Amino acid sequence: MLNATVAQLARALGRREISSVELARLFLARTQALNAGLNAFITIDPDRALADARAADARIASGERGPLLGIPLAHKDIFCTRGMLTSCGSRMLSNFVSPYDAGVVERMARAGTVLLGKTNMDEFAMGSSNESSWYGPARNPWDLARVPGGSSGGSAAAVAARMVPAATGTDTGGSIRQPAALTGVCGLKPTYGTVSRYGMIAYASSLDQGGPFGKSAEDLAILMNAMAGFDTRDSTSLERPDEDYARSLDVNLAGLRIGLPEEFFGEGIEPGVRRAVDEAVRWFEKAGAKTVRVRLPNARLAVPVYYVIAPAEASSNLSRYDGVRYGHRAAEYADLADMYRRSRAEGFGREVKRRILIGTYVLSHGYYDAYYLQAQKVRRLIAQDFAEAWRHCDLILGPTSPGTAFPLGANSDDPVKMYLNDIFTIPAPLAGLPGLSIPCGFDEAGLPVGLQLMGDHFSEALLLGAGHRYQQDTDWHLRMPRETPLDTGAGK
Amino acid sequence: MTWEIVVGLETHTQLLTRSKIFSGAPNAFGAAPNAQASAVDIALPGVLPVLNRTALEYAVRFGLATGGRINQRSVFARKNYFYPDLPKGYQISQYELPVVEGGSLRIALADGEKTVRLVRAHLEEDAGKSVHELGGDSAVAAGRGMSGIDLNRAGTPLLEIVSEPDMRSAAEAVAYARALHALVVWIGICDGNMQEGSFRCDANVSVRQPGAPLGTRCEIKNLNSFRFLERAIEYEATRQIELIEDGGKVTQETRLFDAERGETRSMRSKEDAQDYRYFPDPDLLPLVIQDAEIERVRATLPELPEARCERFGRDFGLSAYDAGVLTSTRASADYFEALVASSAAEPKLCANWQMGELAGALNRDEKDFTQNPMTPEALGGLLRRIADGTLSGKLAKEVFDVLWRGEASSADEVIDKRGLKQISDTGAIEKLVDEVLAANAAQVADYLAGKEKAFNSLVGQVMKASRGKANPAQVNETLKRRLAR
Repeated sequence: MLNATVAQLARALGRREISSVELARLFLARTQALNAGLNAFITIDPDRALADARAADARIASGERGPLLGIPLAHKDIFCTRGMLTSCGSRMLSNFVSPYDAGVVERMARAGTVLLGKTNMDEFAMGSSNESSWYGPARNPWDLARVPGGSSGGSAAAVAARMVPAATGTDTGGSIRQPAALTGVCGLKPTYGTVSRYGMIAYASSLDQGGPFGKSAEDLAILMNAMAGFDTRDSTSLERPDEDYARSLDVNLAGLRIGLPEEFFGEGIEPGVRRAVDEAVRWFEKAGAKTVRVRLPNARLAVPVYYVIAPAEASSNLSRYDGVRYGHRAAEYADLADMYRRSRAEGFGREVKRRILIGTYVLSHGYYDAYYLQAQKVRRLIAQDFAEAWRHCDLILGPTSPGTAFPLGANSDDPVKMYLNDIFTIPAPLAGLPGLSIPCGFDEAGLPVGLQLMGDHFSEALLLGAGHRYQQDTDWHLRMPRETPLDTGAGK
Repeated sequence: MTWEIVVGLETHTQLLTRSKIFSGAPNAFGAAPNAQASAVDIALPGVLPVLNRTALEYAVRFGLATGGRINQRSVFARKNYFYPDLPKGYQISQYELPVVEGGSLRIALADGEKTVRLVRAHLEEDAGKSVHELGGDSAVAAGRGMSGIDLNRAGTPLLEIVSEPDMRSAAEAVAYARALHALVVWIGICDGNMQEGSFRCDANVSVRQPGAPLGTRCEIKNLNSFRFLERAIEYEATRQIELIEDGGKVTQETRLFDAERGETRSMRSKEDAQDYRYFPDPDLLPLVIQDAEIERVRATLPELPEARCERFGRDFGLSAYDAGVLTSTRASADYFEALVASSAAEPKLCANWQMGELAGALNRDEKDFTQNPMTPEALGGLLRRIADGTLSGKLAKEVFDVLWRGEASSADEVIDKRGLKQISDTGAIEKLVDEVLAANAAQVADYLAGKEKAFNSLVGQVMKASRGKANPAQVNETLKRRLAR
């Protein structure tokens, strides 16, 4: 059961082979046993989980069936959950119990998922290693001395360690895809505007997008069917008919044009990653797909552009955390300005402060044109690169991350080196495009490698279809992390 | 030395929408603190703004009413600064691309008319309120001076209307502010309640030698009455002139008006000015307004003051002055038309009474037309009795006072109860005249000897004898007839 996919669990629940309460207890026991070592969860809520599970069992008993009815789930701690701590990985919100549910939380609850708890993350989703969390870093189940990636590292680690069959995350510059790659699970960053941002704590509003983690592309499609959809409470939510993300799972790969951007196969990629991705390319070719060389000439500017736009938006988005109405307030202060200063100095960690300062700088009078406006122009050029590429290919393939999971602390003193971890994941959100990361092998150290598939706006079903076909012929996505074998914490 | 005062105004008008500009919370004044602040208004983590389309419609209505250009694409921007009553740490406003640009407003002055050009009108949200004089138990419990934050006002839709520096005196600025106030109320986008802060002005004031380039300006913040506006501008202009004449220089700064002392005080200089780090709000897509929507709003516009003023002149035969006064507010203009309809009297008579007796009474009791206790039907009933000769002008004023005090509901009721009906019976008047002539032989002799004044005295005697009820025209006529014999 622990290693089963959402699709398999739903079938078992539907046939009454297991109850949702039994399933919740199974995953709760494992989560509670493993979390001390993995720190994947900030909050584990057995009462809530069992209440949800009982409700799901009642729905099943009354004859209702659904692909997510009774399925255990974890939300990244960036999604507001009513009555539950919603910390966003920050000391600033370490006392914030949300009075309302995020749009995604509502949707998943309606679909009948069972909420086990909230997962660890980089503070305010700023980071690629989960090390900026106020709650300490989550760890990689493949090697506890290594990071699970970030910012949605807790969700990725939780799914990889089979603490939950699925989890939610958010992706701004790679925060779903990079941790998915580093932990050997699947993660999808949908087209901007597809998943409601209502109740999803903002980091960089024009880039943030919620998405699912799961063990298979098929599971991601099932999760997306519940997660995605128009929300009037989010002005950037796209009003379009609901779609079935599982509709192309049996896509015919013959004749599919797969673009290989030379910028994604250049220097700086670890040999183990290169080898695994090349092998995946050969698999797709053998399956009948046609690979074509494409160019994304401005992609090399994506990281600097991202580190202007995202901090700019963040510096403003995080202004509301002032200690006045909720969140951390310094115990002692002389006056109003001092209260702001101390509350924010104490409430925010180093990386958050760094990005607030960068963002404040690039928006300042006299610098705005040179940085923010210029970055927006280059952002459009990057989008144009993709638009041009879609004339020659149906999807773009490459490594999700230039390397596999790195040891904790390895990049802590060099923010730029850390930022370059997202070099392949940042272009898609800048253009609002969807991106999928699926496991495609291991490096010589036995660490998982992620394969990234990107497509044009609203091409999620095609990406998931290609991933699904690949996973029907490979088993990388079913491999278990060695640090968390199935007997750990189970059977209690 | 002669000095010219140059004034431009920035006016914040609270839009009369049911809910706030970016949230569904009610947009009403006077609720208990923070009772009308939603998750969006208090800026909880994760909340997002959604534009209230009615606020947009009102902005378009204003743009159309002032002949401005409606930008089919405008952009909401964030104005970033920290203040406890600004929950998000930024205000959503419009910066580079406002919804309305250009337009103008005609204002009436003592010596004619003037057109004030408008720069722009943009939508934004209001902030909350800091309550510093927090007294009572909460302050005692805290053991020290505490400030409270009331976020009911946070998110109230505002239309900020910016004029060109086209006014040349405090009086002109007030005339503009009054005309603007009347217009926003007229087109139904603002309740105009200045005590509750629905209409607030910032004045940019500078002085110069006539013909010279514009001088350095100072901005006076938050003037929420026409009187304060006038006094603040007058004080500020005098201050600047004295400063320059004493060899000093005006420095650009923001000043506050102290109503108690009647002076302006420096709040912050240009050097202290904050860098608001404006940038387009990524939570709100650019605001696109289709032609069809603009036309739909145009169709809902009421007849505007200028057009109505012209029509009053044309249809009612009123002077430009009378028509202008009567159409100075929509309530006044509506009242006048209802008065003409219900009285069936000459429009000029209606105008005289509305602008004379009624305006005087309103003024005396510090009321405006929206608080007018005298219905047009009540006043119309009174004018009807003047027109048909039942009441003399003098009696009519007495009846008016009774009606104003609310002691009766119609003029006819007062006339009946108090026996005020004018005496027009020829026999009765002849009898009164004969009695007066008999009792005043000396004056009759004077008149017959050529002293015209004696005639007026005799008229007065007759009126007195009738206790004012005799029809004066008939008394005149009868006296003349009798004395001619």
